[in-house]
Amino acid sequence: MSDYVDELLHVEDASDPSVGDVAIQNYTINFGPQHPAAHGVLRLVMELDGEIVERVDPHVGLLHRGTEKLIEYKTYTQALPYFDRLDYCSPLCMEHSWVLAVEKLLDLEVPERAQYLRVFFAELTRISNHMLNLGSHVMDVGAMTPNLWMFEIREDCMNFFERVSGARMHSNYFRPGGVHQDAPLKLLTDIGDWLDTRLPRLFEDAISLVAENRIFKQRNVDIAVVSRDDAIKWGFSGPMIRGSGIAWDLRKSQPYDVYAKMDFDVPVGTRGDCYDRFMVRVEEVRQSARIMKQCLRDMPDGPIASLDRKVVPPKRAEMKHSMEALIHHFKLYTEGFHVPAGDVYVATESPKGEFGVYLVADGSNKPYRCKIRPTAFSHLQAMDFMLKGHMLADTTAVLGAMDIVFGECDR
Amino acid sequence: MRAPAPAYTSNDGVIDAARAALGGNLIDAVEHIGEIALHVKRDALYDVMIALRDTPGLAYQQLMEIAGVDYPDRVERFEVVYCLLSLTRNHRIRVHVAADEETLVPSVTPIWPVAGWLEREVYDLYGVLFSGNTDLRRILTDYGFRGHPLRKDFPMTGYVEMRYSEEAKRVVYEPVQLAQDFRTFDFQSPWEGAEYALPGDEKAALPQAKGAPTPLSADAIQKADAAQSATKAPTAPSEPYAKKDATSTAQSGAGDANPGNQKQDKPVESDVVPTKGGGQNQ
Repeated sequence: MSDYVDELLHVEDASDPSVGDVAIQNYTINFGPQHPAAHGVLRLVMELDGEIVERVDPHVGLLHRGTEKLIEYKTYTQALPYFDRLDYCSPLCMEHSWVLAVEKLLDLEVPERAQYLRVFFAELTRISNHMLNLGSHVMDVGAMTPNLWMFEIREDCMNFFERVSGARMHSNYFRPGGVHQDAPLKLLTDIGDWLDTRLPRLFEDAISLVAENRIFKQRNVDIAVVSRDDAIKWGFSGPMIRGSGIAWDLRKSQPYDVYAKMDFDVPVGTRGDCYDRFMVRVEEVRQSARIMKQCLRDMPDGPIASLDRKVVPPKRAEMKHSMEALIHHFKLYTEGFHVPAGDVYVATESPKGEFGVYLVADGSNKPYRCKIRPTAFSHLQAMDFMLKGHMLADTTAVLGAMDIVFGECDR
Repeated sequence: MRAPAPAYTSNDGVIDAARAALGGNLIDAVEHIGEIALHVKRDALYDVMIALRDTPGLAYQQLMEIAGVDYPDRVERFEVVYCLLSLTRNHRIRVHVAADEETLVPSVTPIWPVAGWLEREVYDLYGVLFSGNTDLRRILTDYGFRGHPLRKDFPMTGYVEMRYSEEAKRVVYEPVQLAQDFRTFDFQSPWEGAEYALPGDEKAALPQAKGAPTPLSADAIQKADAAQSATKAPTAPSEPYAKKDATSTAQSGAGDANPGNQKQDKPVESDVVPTKGGGQNQ
C-alpha cells in the first residue's frame, strides 16, 4: 500500500521528502459574486495556499447604479428616495445624513418633535439593521435558530416602519426640515410596549444561544484581529472601530438632532476580533432601545416639520383654503427649493459606521455634486490584511462581522 | 448655526494653526457654513497631509473620504476633496486640490492605506490620475468600461446598454436607445434668470447684416471712403484663395453621398470587438 502511495506521489527517496515531492502551488478561487454568505454581490478573488488565505482581492461595483450621477439630475426632494436604496437594511439612517446636509446648507431650523421622531426611528432602524446582521453573522458560522428568532424582531420593525411611513423598507420618511408625517399616538405606545416586552424577550433569548456558545466563540474569537492603529489608518468607523477598542461614536462626539440630550453608553471591544464586533452590536441594540425609551418619554408635542414654506410643503388641508399654500405646494413639487451655494460634509452614525454626504450646492434647485461616503468601502478594503493567514472558512465570519451591504458600497 | 447638523469642536484658531503648519503650500483657507476648507498646492499634497496628521493642534488622524468634483469651466477642471477627521480633537477639515485630466495628484496611500480604494474611485469616475497608487484600477464601473461617468460632459444615460442575448447566449452591449426622452424641465422663473432659447432667438444675437441704409449724401460717402482707405492696410495679393474657416464648404462634406457621420466614420474602439450578433463584447 505504501509503495503504491509513493509511486503515486513520485517519491524516489523516502529519506529526503523534498525530492520528487508533489509541488503544491497556490490556487485562486472566486468567492461570489453569487454566494449566500457574500451578503450581496461581492466577488472575492482569493489566493489560497491549501486552506490558508494568502491574498484577497475584493471586486465591488457589481451593484453600481450611478446614484450620485442620478442625484445631480434630481431636485433635493426627489433625491431623498435614492438614499433608502443605498443601505437597504437601514434606510432611515441613510436619509438622516442627507436631510442634515441639506438643512446645514439651508441653515434651517427643525422643530423639536421632528428631531425626536428622527432620532426615534433612526434608532429603530439601527435595531432592525443589527437584527439582520447579527442573525446572518450567526448563520454564516453555522447556527440557524438565532437568525430565525431575530427575523421576528425585524418583522416587527418593518411593521412599525409601515405604520409610520407607509412602506416597509424604502420609507422615504425624513424630509429636509423634519419628517413627512406625524407618528400616531397608538403607534408610539405600541412601540413602547414592544420595547418593554417583546424586544428584550426575543433578543435576549436569541443572544443567549450564541453569546456564550463554545462553537460560536471558536469561530469568532481571535479571528481577524484589528489593532487600534490599523483601525484608524484604514478609516474604520462604527462598530468596527469600537470593536478595536476606540470609543468613537458620532452620536456621542458630534451629536446631531437631539442625541445631545440622550443618555446612552458606547460599548467598546477589548481584543478587536470578530467576536468583539459582534458583541458591540449586541450591546448597541440594548442602547438603542434605551434611547428610544427616552425619546418616548421626552418627545414634546408640536409641528413635525419646519414651518418655512419655502422648503417644507404645506399640508393638504391647508391647501384647500389658502391660495398661498397652493402656490407653495405647486412650486415645491415642481421646481423644488433652492439651496444656497456652498459645500458641506455631513456624517452621521449609521448602524454600519460613519455614513457621510459631501454635498456641493450651486444655488439652484438641484445638487451640483453629491458624494456619498459608504461605510463599507473602508471596511471591505481592509479585508485583505484582516484575512491574511486565516482559513477559508473564516471568510464568512469576517464578512459577517463587517456588516457589508452592497447597495451602499457600490451606490 | 440653527440646523441640527453634527456639532464638533469650534473652528477657532484652526486656520491659523494650519497656516503656520503648511506655510507656502496653503493657497487659500476658507471657512464657510461652519466648515473649513484648505486649498493647497497639488505637488505638496503629501507633505501637507503629513503636516496635518502629525502637527500637534491639528492631528487629523483619519482620512474619511476622497471626493472628486468636476467644474468644466475651470482651467484645471477637477477638484479632489479630502475629508479628514481628528479623533482626538473631534474636528473635521477638508483639503482641496485642483487637477485636470493629465496632471498627477500625489497619492496618500503611504499615509492612509484606506486611500487606495478612494483614489481608485476618483480615478474611475473622473479620470484623475494619482501617482504612487500601485493599484489604480477601475472599481465601481463594469469590467472594460470606457469613459469617466461622473464628469459633467458624460450623459446621464451613458453610451451603451447591456442585455442578455438569447441568440448569442451571453451578455451583449448595444448603443443605448431610449424609448422616451429624459424629462427634464427648467422650472426657474423668468425673472430669476432662466435662459430660454426660443426658436428664432438665435438670430437676434447675430450681427446685423447690411440692409438698406439711410440714403447718404455724396460728400458723406467721400468722407467715409477716405477714412476707410487711410486706416485699412492694403491686402496682400498672395492671399490663398480657399480660406479655411467655418463658412467654407471645402471640407464639410455637404452634398457628399457620405456626409461624414456614418457608422464607418466613427473612430474604431480598440477593445470593442463587433461580433456576429452585432452586439459589442467588452
